[in-house]
Amino acid sequence: MKKTKISALFEKLRAEGKKAFIPYIMAGDPNPDETLNYTLLLERCGADIIELGVPFSDPLADGPTIQKAAGRALKSGTTLTKVLALVKEIRQHTAIPLILMTYYNPVFKYGEARFIQDSVEAGVDGVIIPDLPPEEAKEFIKLSHRSISGRQLDTVFLVAPTSTQSRIKKITAASSGFVYYVSMTGITGSKLELDEKVRGHLNLVRQTTDKPIAVGFGIATPEQARTVAQLADGVIVGSAIVKVFNESPEKAEHFIRGLREAIS
Amino acid sequence: MKREDLAHTGAHKINNALGQALLAKRMGKTRLIAETGAGQHGVATATGAALVGLECEIYMGTIDVQRQALNVFRMKLLGAKVREVDIGSKTLKDAINEALRDWTTNVRNTHYVLGTVFGPHPFPMMVRDFQAIIGKEAASQIMKAEGRMPDCLIACVGGGSNAIGLFNEFLDTGIRMIGVEAGGTGIESGAHAARFAGGSKGVLQGCKTYLLQDADGNVLDTHSVSAGLDYASVGPQHAHLMESGRVQYTNATDEEALAAFKMLSFAEGIIPALESAHAVAEAIKRAPEMPQDNIIIVNLSGRGDKDVQQVAKIKGINLCE
Repeated sequence: MKKTKISALFEKLRAEGKKAFIPYIMAGDPNPDETLNYTLLLERCGADIIELGVPFSDPLADGPTIQKAAGRALKSGTTLTKVLALVKEIRQHTAIPLILMTYYNPVFKYGEARFIQDSVEAGVDGVIIPDLPPEEAKEFIKLSHRSISGRQLDTVFLVAPTSTQSRIKKITAASSGFVYYVSMTGITGSKLELDEKVRGHLNLVRQTTDKPIAVGFGIATPEQARTVAQLADGVIVGSAIVKVFNESPEKAEHFIRGLREAIS
Repeated sequence: MKREDLAHTGAHKINNALGQALLAKRMGKTRLIAETGAGQHGVATATGAALVGLECEIYMGTIDVQRQALNVFRMKLLGAKVREVDIGSKTLKDAINEALRDWTTNVRNTHYVLGTVFGPHPFPMMVRDFQAIIGKEAASQIMKAEGRMPDCLIACVGGGSNAIGLFNEFLDTGIRMIGVEAGGTGIESGAHAARFAGGSKGVLQGCKTYLLQDADGNVLDTHSVSAGLDYASVGPQHAHLMESGRVQYTNATDEEALAAFKMLSFAEGIIPALESAHAVAEAIKRAPEMPQDNIIIVNLSGRGDKDVQQVAKIKGINLCE
């Protein structure tokens, strides 16, 4: 597979001894225009990759903050089709790597092949589907890694602290761009506890793959981001950013810059 | 009537809950969680937990908590915590979501006792195997009572565990089988839970099956007078049996179920669960068109005591005065 924008980014950061800052926002929360503004703000604040959430009625991996964000986005009429249109719009303004985080049913309903084709054409660089295990994703991976006009989609799968050695192998082999390490057994926005056990497990993943590893779930403060940046190649922050945009958007820029500075 | 209503705790749910409680104990887990719609599976799981000595928390939508108050009290009596789920449709689907989120978080010490033939592998198969006793008993009981196999089997289908439990034993025979979904206020009205009549293929909560969803793959709200059938999806084996044509799926409306609830109480002295009343309604429709000597087995999956308050409320009767 050809080097993707995301792989190239991690290679560059690694050479410079830097870590990736990967913020998440929910597309269409509170509306598509604001999502465009937020995306550009995140880029100005130093984001390396942006994760765009696709709202779904039953977001199983998400805590209350992102569940509510999905509810607001659905209310504003956001669908997968509209998210892809939004990506096209974002691409008029920035080339920053974009990853869609979506549940599987909207993709299934849209059609896997059509989703991959339209995503690549819209300018999406990668996809995270938390309820699609690698065993069920063989066709999806094959189609995603096939070149469409010289571009392809990175497939990011999730390793949990309970993943066994053999599953870590499977998950990291299926992943491209980077591997998503879930910091805890839990849902997004839960309280972070990076104990020795998790650190040891993360090391096990390191020994299994040389692909970049980004850690997400529960990272809410610059201090936590700093700690995680010392262990991983990238730091994913979702709920805390979704929350600040929703509750006090005037404080968002300061908060996001604080996270960025912590992840050096 | 296959009298699952006579099982301990009042429904077939105990067959599975007890099996999984024992399994959890064997696996060294200290805590059980479960979702519940009508409250029967919650009561069964709380019972299993009490029996084998495990902690227990039950997730239940706030709408269901209101319409199944009696079962909520029973679960608490049995020592379970009842966690009200006030998000999404506030019914069974969201209770499953919350239970899965809990499980994701506490998987090291917790077993999730899924109550129906649904969810990720191995639940659809495991729950089927625990419920298969229904069909085995039905076969031996009908042989004893009538000396021959039945002509037709009827069961209601929410997630579908009582139906699979009955059908499983007879899948290799030519016996006609009918699954009855919740027709709510009618398929055209959109307020129902008839996944085969009004849904399409999708992937939800760990399995691929039929689903009530919109064009963008978001799950739709459902309606049924019975909390246990008020669910947007259906067990994947039912989807398979529908597509292969082995089982015929139909639906009964709220009104038909309520009429059957009343008729069975009056005619036989058996108050059925509103869920099971959907199966009874189908038998009432079919029996007049069948030869006199034909045998129908209706799975009476649960007793109706839990529904008496709700039915009184629907009829505008206040039981508290």
